[in-house]
Amino acid sequence: MDKIKFATVWLAGCSGCHMSFLDLDEWLIELAQFVEVVYSPVGCDLKHYPDNVDVCLVEGGIANEDNLELILQVRRQTKILISFGDCAVTANVPAMRNMLGGAEPVLKRAYLELGDTSPQLPYAPGIVPELLDRVLPVHEVVPVDIYMPGCPPPADRIRATIEPLLHGEMPAMVGRDMIKFG
Amino acid sequence: MDLTELLDVGEAHRAAQKATRVHCCTSTGCRAASAMEVFKNLKTAVQDAGLEAEVEVVGVGCMGFCGRGPLVQIDPQQALYEEVKPEEATSIIDTLQGGTTPALKGDLQHPFFARQVKIVRQHSGKVDPESIEDYISVGGYRSLYKAIYEMSPGEVVDEIIASGIRGRGGGGYPTGLKWATVAKMPGDQKYVICNGDEGDPGAFMDRSVLESDPHLVLEGMAIAGYAIGANHGFIYVRAEYPLAIQRLQKAIQQAKKYGLLGSQIFDSPFDFKVDIRIGAGAFVCGEETALIQSIQGGRGNPIPRPPYPAQSGLWQCPTLINNVETLANISTIIREGGAWYASIGTDKSKGTKIFALTGKIRNNGLIEVPMGITLREIVEEMGGGVPDGEVKAVQTGGPSGGCIPASLLDTPVDYDSLVAIGSMMGSGGMVVMDQDTNMVEVAQFYMEFCRGETCGKCVPCRTGTVQLYALLTKLLKRQATQADLAKLESLCHMVQETSLCGLGISAPNPILSTLRYFNEEYQELLQPPAYLNGKVGHGQVTVSQ
Amino acid sequence: MSVKTLKINGVDIAIEEGATVLQAARQAGVPIPTLCHLDGVHDVGACRLCLVEVSGTRKLLPACVTEVAEGMEVQTNTPKLQEYRRMTVELLFSEGNHVCSVCVANGNCELQDVAIQVGMDHSRFTYRFPDRAVDISHPQFGIDHNRCILCTRCVRVCDEIEGAHVWDVAQRGAACYIVSGLNQPWGEVDACTSCGKCVDACPTGAIFRKGSTTGEKERDRAKLDFLVTAREKHEWTR
Repeated sequence: MDKIKFATVWLAGCSGCHMSFLDLDEWLIELAQFVEVVYSPVGCDLKHYPDNVDVCLVEGGIANEDNLELILQVRRQTKILISFGDCAVTANVPAMRNMLGGAEPVLKRAYLELGDTSPQLPYAPGIVPELLDRVLPVHEVVPVDIYMPGCPPPADRIRATIEPLLHGEMPAMVGRDMIKFG
Repeated sequence: MDLTELLDVGEAHRAAQKATRVHCCTSTGCRAASAMEVFKNLKTAVQDAGLEAEVEVVGVGCMGFCGRGPLVQIDPQQALYEEVKPEEATSIIDTLQGGTTPALKGDLQHPFFARQVKIVRQHSGKVDPESIEDYISVGGYRSLYKAIYEMSPGEVVDEIIASGIRGRGGGGYPTGLKWATVAKMPGDQKYVICNGDEGDPGAFMDRSVLESDPHLVLEGMAIAGYAIGANHGFIYVRAEYPLAIQRLQKAIQQAKKYGLLGSQIFDSPFDFKVDIRIGAGAFVCGEETALIQSIQGGRGNPIPRPPYPAQSGLWQCPTLINNVETLANISTIIREGGAWYASIGTDKSKGTKIFALTGKIRNNGLIEVPMGITLREIVEEMGGGVPDGEVKAVQTGGPSGGCIPASLLDTPVDYDSLVAIGSMMGSGGMVVMDQDTNMVEVAQFYMEFCRGETCGKCVPCRTGTVQLYALLTKLLKRQATQADLAKLESLCHMVQETSLCGLGISAPNPILSTLRYFNEEYQELLQPPAYLNGKVGHGQVTVSQ
Repeated sequence: MSVKTLKINGVDIAIEEGATVLQAARQAGVPIPTLCHLDGVHDVGACRLCLVEVSGTRKLLPACVTEVAEGMEVQTNTPKLQEYRRMTVELLFSEGNHVCSVCVANGNCELQDVAIQVGMDHSRFTYRFPDRAVDISHPQFGIDHNRCILCTRCVRVCDEIEGAHVWDVAQRGAACYIVSGLNQPWGEVDACTSCGKCVDACPTGAIFRKGSTTGEKERDRAKLDFLVTAREKHEWTR
């Protein structure tokens, strides 16, 4: 049997969802028998998102140009895209900057108003990705197949979401154990 | 006052009238085109010509052809002048002595006038709205007398039932049934409310009625009070209608002085007083339960029905609430009889309806037409069609109504036919649109209106209108996908079916009707999803506002 | 007092005349989600979550304000109702700034519970991210308007049970917000008795006790129930 091509990506989030993924502990070993990790900040060292990925967990919202470029690529090259955690599903804490109304006021607030010593706006074209005006949940940018809320989603929820996929079934995202936010 | 005295007042007033009456419109529309200056100059011209003995200049209400104001009509000569300039006043008076005038001559035989059937507007533009004697001289308050002395309250209700009249505020609920319900409700204290909180964009029928013939409405209210057993009425008028309020105040004072309102009307045991309540700028207060909250001094929020106002309305008392135009029909129905009224109109929609004909049309103004007339007759014959273009759609019912495509212009104008094609009668706004009109923008305009006017009480209306507006904006910015369009439609149905009051229930109508008849305009705006076209960067993926 | 019999989801129920469909459903153990309803204060029918289908009318009726009638047949969970309820909850989430992970009410929030109940795993509507205020001028309590869903429970509980009427609604439409006193900071409103009923009534983390942090909000809903029972049935001890 061919192994499932499995990826995880980390966009605008705290990486807590990935930490929770690592909380799967020994089940990760079981998972490894079913999947080939083709791209992941915690699972392999490949730098390019490959073609024909079967399942991808996307942590984080879309906050900058890099996030945007990557998510469009992920969507094009992935069969089942999972919004992984509240930042991916709702934009969550990163989106609390959206209330300020755009990238410019956010940068001014962070780097000028709150800058203790030598306040200045960061400027490094081509190195530091430009902020988007608003942080967006993943499904505002590309279609999403499965939504897994939680901040972070507990390991049990992650397992209950992934496990059916290994057997070619869709998980049932219902009930407090599966879809409670926060 | 008794009948003889009433007739004497009318007789004396008629006798004092001059042979020639120069009627000058002094309503809001013509005032905006300096009618008051025309009025003043006409008076001076009559004095200067030494014609005071046989000619009088009368400030009257609306004559209807608002797009050509200020209007001046001389009777009995039946001479109509349009777009009269203040400096033309002298020459118009000169025509009475064989002179000529450069003033634009109007044609009273034009279908715009000729096709009208005037019941509500029968005195409009003929009587001085600030003179109760003028109103009495054309038969005013006779119906009230007839009701009190020649009919029992039950007979009055029966007459209204027989007339078949339905509510002119938009919903089209049978007025007689409403009256009968309130009349049958137990309780010593009942109220009559006249809903003059007209707020649809492009609608000004009620304003015109209140400005042109306030006594007709007051008489209708008093008859309603007699029929249902109420001794107190309220007229709720929006603050944006100062002239209507001023004329109503004057009319109430005059009627009280003659004993036609207040205690022991016509020396009978029937008491009926009328108070004015002024709105504070909220469109939703036209919704009856919100209006009642507002009169009570509360926040103008609708409350769930039942209980209906007829059961528990103002201060929990049975309350009859009718629109201005409905109440303005009552006096004539009592005078001529319900059967006569029922002979006008269609099977299920009786009588006449006033429309404010506006938009891309030659003849703008107010028309009163029999129910059952087709949209084509109104728009093409009476309205004269679109200048330099073609009719694309007709919007009826304001933000609660829909856009009717030109292909359905032969639809008869009645409550049920309009609902069947996805619009509604509404209060009477009728906006004509030409081929240059973008229908998605039209839907967006009305949704912006609803979004700003929702009271915010129920969730679907408060936030649904915001999301609908955002989706339309996204479409118009050419950033929406097929999925967004599907979302737009499903949200329309949700807001329609789950909102608490009529505002939310009908708010999606402009979108749904344009989706139905002008779907291609929506389709043209759609974009393929960003992830498919392979381009990345600002402007590809968007954040809707 | 007479009794009415009706069917809810096909099950026969008998209940006293004047009861609401919501009361009948609760008696029968049929769950109907609610947010603006609060036992003990009058119902406003505003959140529209409790809409049900009643045979004989095309209109969806709010169970909280619809009285039972003889022979009534009620459906509480048709596909259409499920879909509309989920949309309603999504609209609420997209309207305010509901960040569960940093909210005092996380894990103890009726909005969160309702989201689970209606199966909302994400919002299809674009988040609005409104710019809303937080008022912590009161010595004991705070109100975070970002988390407010305008259910007006606080308005009613303060007016009808405490009798202070500190709260009301200002503005209209999307601009609506809960206002204390005459649009004063809460701490400056003399009418406030600091009784805390609004904290207990608030379904979300909008009104909270100062000092409680993420997931720490507790409610004493029993206190409200006790007060209502005390007044209505003159049972003064609990």
